[in-house]
Amino acid sequence: MREGVSHVFGYPGGAILPVYDSLPDYPVHHVLARHEQGAVHMADGFARAGGGVGVALATSGPGATNMVTGIATAMMDSSPVVCITGQVSSGLIGSDAFQETDITGVTLPITKHNYLVTEADEIAPALREAFYIARSGRPGPVLVDITKDAQQGAAAFDWDAAEPTPPGYRPDHRPRAAEYRQALDLINGARRPVMLVGHGVALGRAEELVRAFAERSTIPVAVTLLGIGAFPASHPLHLGMMGMHGEAWVNEAVQQADLLIALGMRFDDRVTGTLSTFAPGARKIHVEIDPAELNKNVTVDVGLVGDVGEVLATLLPGVAPNDHSAWLARIDEIRQHAASRSIQNFADDGRLYAAHAIHDLWQATGGRAVVVTDVGQHQMWEAQYYRHDAPRSLITSGGLGPMGFALPAAIGAKLARPEADVWVVVGDGGFQMTMAELGTLVQERIKINIAIINNGYLGMVRQLQEFFYGARYHATPLVNPDFVTLASAYGIRGIRVTDRAGVMPAVDAATAHDGPVLLDIRVEPDDAVYPMVAAGAGLDQMIRRPAQEVVG
Amino acid sequence: MSSTFVVYVEDKPGVLNRIASLFRRRAFNIESLTVGHTEAPGVSRMTIVVGTDREGARKVEAHLYKLVNVLRVDDVTATPAVYRDLAMIKVTATPDTRSHIMQLVDVYRARIVDVAPGSLMVEVTGTEDKIDSLLDVLRPYGVLEAVRTGRVAMARGNARTPRMRGTSAALRGPIPRIVSQLGRGTGVPLSA
Repeated sequence: MREGVSHVFGYPGGAILPVYDSLPDYPVHHVLARHEQGAVHMADGFARAGGGVGVALATSGPGATNMVTGIATAMMDSSPVVCITGQVSSGLIGSDAFQETDITGVTLPITKHNYLVTEADEIAPALREAFYIARSGRPGPVLVDITKDAQQGAAAFDWDAAEPTPPGYRPDHRPRAAEYRQALDLINGARRPVMLVGHGVALGRAEELVRAFAERSTIPVAVTLLGIGAFPASHPLHLGMMGMHGEAWVNEAVQQADLLIALGMRFDDRVTGTLSTFAPGARKIHVEIDPAELNKNVTVDVGLVGDVGEVLATLLPGVAPNDHSAWLARIDEIRQHAASRSIQNFADDGRLYAAHAIHDLWQATGGRAVVVTDVGQHQMWEAQYYRHDAPRSLITSGGLGPMGFALPAAIGAKLARPEADVWVVVGDGGFQMTMAELGTLVQERIKINIAIINNGYLGMVRQLQEFFYGARYHATPLVNPDFVTLASAYGIRGIRVTDRAGVMPAVDAATAHDGPVLLDIRVEPDDAVYPMVAAGAGLDQMIRRPAQEVVG
Repeated sequence: MSSTFVVYVEDKPGVLNRIASLFRRRAFNIESLTVGHTEAPGVSRMTIVVGTDREGARKVEAHLYKLVNVLRVDDVTATPAVYRDLAMIKVTATPDTRSHIMQLVDVYRARIVDVAPGSLMVEVTGTEDKIDSLLDVLRPYGVLEAVRTGRVAMARGNARTPRMRGTSAALRGPIPRIVSQLGRGTGVPLSA
C-alpha cells in the first residue's frame, strides 16, 4: 500500500489465504483472474499502460507455476511486475508437500530477482526491496515467495527505517564525458544517420527528448515493435517499424545508414536480421541502461550506459543542427517504390483483408485508442497499419511472444487508465488461449472492446508453412467456436463482420455501446504478413508482397 | 582460452545457485568454481574459471553484475595474480617404490599426509601445471584416487576484499567500469 498499489491481480489458494484474508482491510482492489497466467499479464498490462508497478498474487504449487509464462513475458520486455506467491509452511519445505513447488528455483532465470521469505519480520523488507528492484534501472519482474507460517506470523515494521539498500544492486549508471564527446563527433559528422527507438524510451519517459533530438538535426527515426508510440507515427521524420516485418524503406534506411543511434533497444534478432550483414556501413552509438546489453548482439562504437532521457538531455545542446534532406529524399524514394506493393493501395476485390480491418479501426478510433495486441500475424498488421501517435498506446509482447497476452493485458491496461479507449486486437488462436478472462471482464464491469482478426488458422505459423514448408498446412487450421455466441454466454455483445464495409460501423457501434463488445472479423484466410525477413537473411533481403495494379 | 574471475557475493542461501544458473543460462562453460568465506563478515568469495575469450569474459562480467547478490567482480585474467590449486593424491606404494615416491614428493614440495601399508596420500598445492605434472609422474606407480579443489586466485598488490554495507566505501563507490572495456568498435569509417 505504501508502494502506491491500487490494484492486485490474483487467484486464491490454500497457501496464500492468510494474505487474502487480510486484503479487505486495505484500500487495494483485488481483481479475480480466471488463470494465474492471466493475472500476471494483467499486472504487466497495468504496468505498461500506467507506468507504475503491477502486482500479481497466487498460491503455491500450480498457482505459482501458472504464473511462469507471464513472468517470462515481463522479463523479456522489461516490465515492472511484483509477483507474490504463497508457499507451504517452512517446516514442510523440501518434503514434497501438497502444492509445494520450488518456485524461486523455477523462476530464477526469468526474474530480475526473487525471494523466499520464511519469517514474518522478513516480509515487509523483502516486499519493499522487491518494488524498488522491479521499478529501478532496467525494470523487470520480481517474485516474492512467502511461506504460510510467515504469513500467519506478526511483525512490527518501520517503513521509513527499512530503506532498501541491497549492497550489490546499483542501477544508476552515467556515461563519461569522453564517451559523450565521441558520440557527438559521430552524430555531427554523419551524413546518413538513423535513430532506432526502443522500449527503453517509453520506460524512461524520454519521448519528448527523442523528438527534440530528431528535429534538431533532421534525423529519421525507426522504431522497434515495443518502441511504437514513443515517437509519433504522424511525424515527418517517422519512418516506421524496422525488423523482420518492418517496412522495406525502414530496413533499407537502416542498412544504408552511416550512423545508427540506438536508444533503449537491445538489437533483438527480430530487429537486426542476420548480424553479419546488419548495417554494414554504419557506426553505432548505443544508449542503454543495462550494461550487459552493450556489445551483446551488435558491436558498437560508442556505448552510453545510463538513463536514456538523461543521456539525450546531455547530448542535445552539442548536436549541430545539420540538414539531412538529401538522405531523407533518398529514403522517400524507396518509400514511393514500396507503395506499389502496399495492400492499402490495392483495388477492392470484395475480400476483407486484416490490413484493411486494422486500417479502418485506426480511422474509426481516431488513432487515439490504447491497442493491446496478442502475438502473430494480427500483431504485425496492427504494428504496420495502426498509426500510434501517443506514448504507451500500443501494448504488446515483443520478446517472449506469448499467445493469450492481449485480453488479460488489456484488462490491466484499462484499470490503469480508466479514461482510455482500450481495444484488444487478437487472433482467433491466441484469443482461445486466455478467453476465460472474459469472465474477469464481466465480473469487473470493464469496458473494453475486442477485435478478433479471425482467419481460421494459426496464421503466422501457417505463413511459415507456406513459405518454408511447401505449404503443408499441418496443425494450423482451427475449428473455432462461434465467437458471437460465446460472447453472448458472458452477456457480452458480439458483432460479426464479414466485409470491409462492415468494419467501421461495427467499430462505431462497439465504441458507443455501454459494455464490452466483441467483434468477430472474418478476414481472408490465406493472406501473409509482408515484407518478411526470413531467418538467417539480411535485413534488406525481404520477401515482398507481389506488386499489383494500384488504384488512383 | 579461459578467463578467471574473483567474484564477491553476499553470503546468503541460494547465491551459488544464482551464479551457476547464470552460466548455464548464457551457455558459458565453468571450468572450475571455488567458494568460501572471506575475512569480511557476510561476504563470500568465489574464484571462477570460465572457458571463454575476452569478448565472452566481458559479457560474463556484465551479466554477473546484474545479479542483485553480487557485490563485485574482478576479472584477474590479465592482471598479475597468484593462482593456486590444491590436490590430494592417493598413490599405490610398495616397500620398493615408497622411497621413490617420497623423493618425487620432495621435488614438488608436496607433503605426505597419510601412510598406509599399500599406499601414500600426497597433498600438493601450486599452479594447475605443477599438479598436472606431479600427477603425470605418479601415474606409473598407480594413482588410486585424486581430488583437486580447482583454482583460487588473488591479485597481487594492495587490493582487498570489499566490506559489506556500512563498513567500507569500496561498495558504495561507482560500479567498476565494465563498459570502459567496450569492444574495438565496428571500425567502419565515416562516409567521405
